[in-house]
Amino acid sequence: MYRIVEKKTLSETVKLMKIEAPYIARNAKAGQFVMLRIDEKGERIPLTIADSDRENGLVTIIFMEIGKTTKELGTLKVGDNILNFVGPLGKPSEIERYGRVACIGGGVGIAPLYPIIKALKQVGNHVTSILGARNKSLLILEEEINNWSDELYIATDDGSKGLKGFVSDVLQKLIDEGKTFDIAWVVGPVIMMKVVANLTRKYNIKTVVSLNPIMVDGTGMCGSCRVSVGGKTMFACVDGPEFDGHLVDYDNLMQRNNRFIEEERESCKLAGVL
Amino acid sequence: MAVRKTKYEMPEQDPRERIKNFDEVPYGYDADTAIKEAQRCLQCKDKPCVLGCPVGIDIPRFIAAIKEGDFDKAIKIIKEKSNLPAVCGRVCPYEEQCEGNCRLKKIGEPVGIGRLERFVADYEREKGITIPSKPKPIDKKVVVIGAGPAGLTCAGDLVKMGYDVTIFEALHAPGGVLMYGIPEFRLPKEIVKAEVDYITKLGVKIIYDVVVGKTIPMEEILEEYDAVFIGTGAGLPRFLGIEGENLNGVYSANEFLTRVNLMKAYLFTEYDTPVKIGRIVATFGAGNVAMDCARTALRLGAKKSYIIYRRTEKEMPAREEEIEHAKEEGVEFKLLTNPIRFIGDERGNLKAVECIRMKLGEPDESGRRRPIPIEGSEFKIDIDTALIAIGQSPNPLIPQVMKDLKLGRKGNIEIDEMGRTNIPGIFAGGDIATGAATVILAMGAGKKAAKAIHEYLSN
Ligand SMILES: Cc1cc2nc3c(=O)[nH]c(=O)nc-3n(C[C@H](O)[C@H](O)[C@H](O)COP(=O)(O)OP(=O)(O)OC[C@H]3O[C@@H](n4cnc5c(N)ncnc54)[C@H](O)[C@@H]3O)c2cc1C
Ligand SMILES: Cc1cc2nc3c(=O)[nH]c(=O)nc-3n(C[C@H](O)[C@H](O)[C@H](O)COP(=O)(O)OP(=O)(O)OC[C@H]3O[C@@H](n4cnc5c(N)ncnc54)[C@H](O)[C@@H]3O)c2cc1C
Ligand code: FES
Repeated sequence: MYRIVEKKTLSETVKLMKIEAPYIARNAKAGQFVMLRIDEKGERIPLTIADSDRENGLVTIIFMEIGKTTKELGTLKVGDNILNFVGPLGKPSEIERYGRVACIGGGVGIAPLYPIIKALKQVGNHVTSILGARNKSLLILEEEINNWSDELYIATDDGSKGLKGFVSDVLQKLIDEGKTFDIAWVVGPVIMMKVVANLTRKYNIKTVVSLNPIMVDGTGMCGSCRVSVGGKTMFACVDGPEFDGHLVDYDNLMQRNNRFIEEERESCKLAGVL
Repeated sequence: MAVRKTKYEMPEQDPRERIKNFDEVPYGYDADTAIKEAQRCLQCKDKPCVLGCPVGIDIPRFIAAIKEGDFDKAIKIIKEKSNLPAVCGRVCPYEEQCEGNCRLKKIGEPVGIGRLERFVADYEREKGITIPSKPKPIDKKVVVIGAGPAGLTCAGDLVKMGYDVTIFEALHAPGGVLMYGIPEFRLPKEIVKAEVDYITKLGVKIIYDVVVGKTIPMEEILEEYDAVFIGTGAGLPRFLGIEGENLNGVYSANEFLTRVNLMKAYLFTEYDTPVKIGRIVATFGAGNVAMDCARTALRLGAKKSYIIYRRTEKEMPAREEEIEHAKEEGVEFKLLTNPIRFIGDERGNLKAVECIRMKLGEPDESGRRRPIPIEGSEFKIDIDTALIAIGQSPNPLIPQVMKDLKLGRKGNIEIDEMGRTNIPGIFAGGDIATGAATVILAMGAGKKAAKAIHEYLSN
């Protein structure tokens, strides 16, 4: 059992929780994730470790309430327990001193990006962060990310904050202005990662994306999370979740993420959470 | 009185009924039938059956106890050697092991040793399991990685000697394949839980949600414990490596079975994990895992369930009993058939598989005749779901974090006959050492390693 010790609402649909999990807190690195199961009948779902506090043995998760499990998670209170919480899983991000780094996050993808930004900054990179959301009220972690970025740009679909448009528009603009990047990290909806990767490919900017396929065990045992990278099948939970953004078959990933769409709807309807 | 030539029947659920539920297929013997079956045993002095048992259960002695109606004594004899009798009495390949050596085979069927083991194990469970008294504690700590049959057995034996034993398990439940792989209708999960319960009552601590090498670094483990047993199994699913394998509707056997067994997707929406089955399901491969997949598919409502296999029935690695059960339930076998690509629709959903017919050529290194494609014989089969059950490889997690561990050709951990790895104090056994094998071999390996660990820690 893993206790919830803190809970915050970051936006309409995004919540933050700190969970007591000393082993994970001690060993977590940027880019890694946990699998959790709320109760005996629950599904195992992956969530990125958004932050970890070794001293107090706490792991931060930030999640968007989009389906049965995440909505149920959102109803839990401080002091409640989560039945299973296992990690840190996946390979950590390869944090090095690259020089000038673009960190591009969209929607709830900003949460997993946050520890990467922090780690990249701590080793001395020049970090340009570009965050995108549908509108101002859905934008999360702006202040936290600002603290660790040399430059911060924002794009919203409706123009309620920053540039009206997509994160890829901002990146294009910066490139047009003559800014250069040695590497880019992109985390967000699959379609966003695809669009940004297409753009960075044109300019030969090495690009790392963090993929979010459907997982079951999260330890390399089932292949539910398989993705096609450079024509090779990889298991995102053990070979990833980060991959070379220029080699990923995004269309296949989008299709595979719709595998259980009818069942997910039914599940929500029955639980009365949709 | 002449010995009866055939085993006493074990009643089973009717195939037409059982494909609609996940309840166990055989019902097991009642006491009368068990005693009658026990009377068939010739009590051979040289005990050929025991030689066939990887854990060396004193079979004639426990059967003699059943014959006398002393079931408590019978289970005690079994438990001298096995910590998981209710499991073994259900899933062991007895026909190749103990029963394979039975002298009665000369005149008919062997003694139903598996059925008798199952009977006394169930008898004890229903009555309430007695826990042996605690031994004198030994002040040494042993860690076991993985709560599959190998790890559970090793831990059980060590704790009975008095060691302080902790198991770390990556998943949220014990049992390894017993829990996530073998379906409910063949091995009810309540039984696995009861057997594990016995082992924890002996004093073994099981800690879940710990992926050793990730949650706890290997160095910390080595520092804290006096000896290590690695029983992490062969959980890495193999794929066919053909076009279209990432289409929606193609599952590894492990994903499919884990969803259904461990996560209880057959009870979706009561449980949250979904599985999609469609109307026509094809399982590729012909081992026990494949039979489990094909039979599970029927129970989830598939209208047709095919086994597609590139050789003939003779070469199928599954146990005879499993193949029989599958046939009775209406699984259709498409033999000498090999898939060459999966075909999907515009939304990435599986629609069909293209196959090619095969013929058998000369024997290959496995001694089985090599299947050869017949040119120009390609044809399509419409399917909604494909289950890939062509084998699992040793779990690479521990070897990845222990670079100096000596590995075999297939990525398995190399051990000697006592379960010792090349590193002193580190032992291994079960599927991680042998590649995918059987429950009883994994248990046997766990037992040997427990002995070797005791020897190591006594010096
Ligand atoms: C490595 C990784 C890290 C992630 N990190 C975060 C994070 O930090 N914050 C966050 O909000 N989300 C994160 N996600 C996505 C998150 O796991 C899904 O949103 C969540 O599983 C949805 O579950 P649900 O029951 O609420 O929704 P559902 O209604 O079940 O599903 C909604 C959508 O979520 C996806 N999904 C469903 N089940 C699973 C599953 N078992 N595994 C993965 N995806 C699934 C599917 O694409 C589905 O269409 C991450 C995913 C991965 C793979
Ligand atoms: C579907 C199916 C049907 C089968 N049917 C039969 C049958 O009828 N009869 C028979 O005899 N055999 C059968 N087998 C084979 C048998 O189940 C296996 O040979 C046996 O379970 C192997 O035992 P094990 O203890 O070595 O490994 P496993 O049972 O695989 O257990 C390994 C455990 O280690 C855990 N683990 C792995 N890595 C780590 C880590 N780093 N940290 C912590 N824990 C970890 C895993 O989660 C798992 O629980 C079947 C197998 C399958 C898949
Ligand atoms: S989630 Fe099962 S292998 Fe990755």
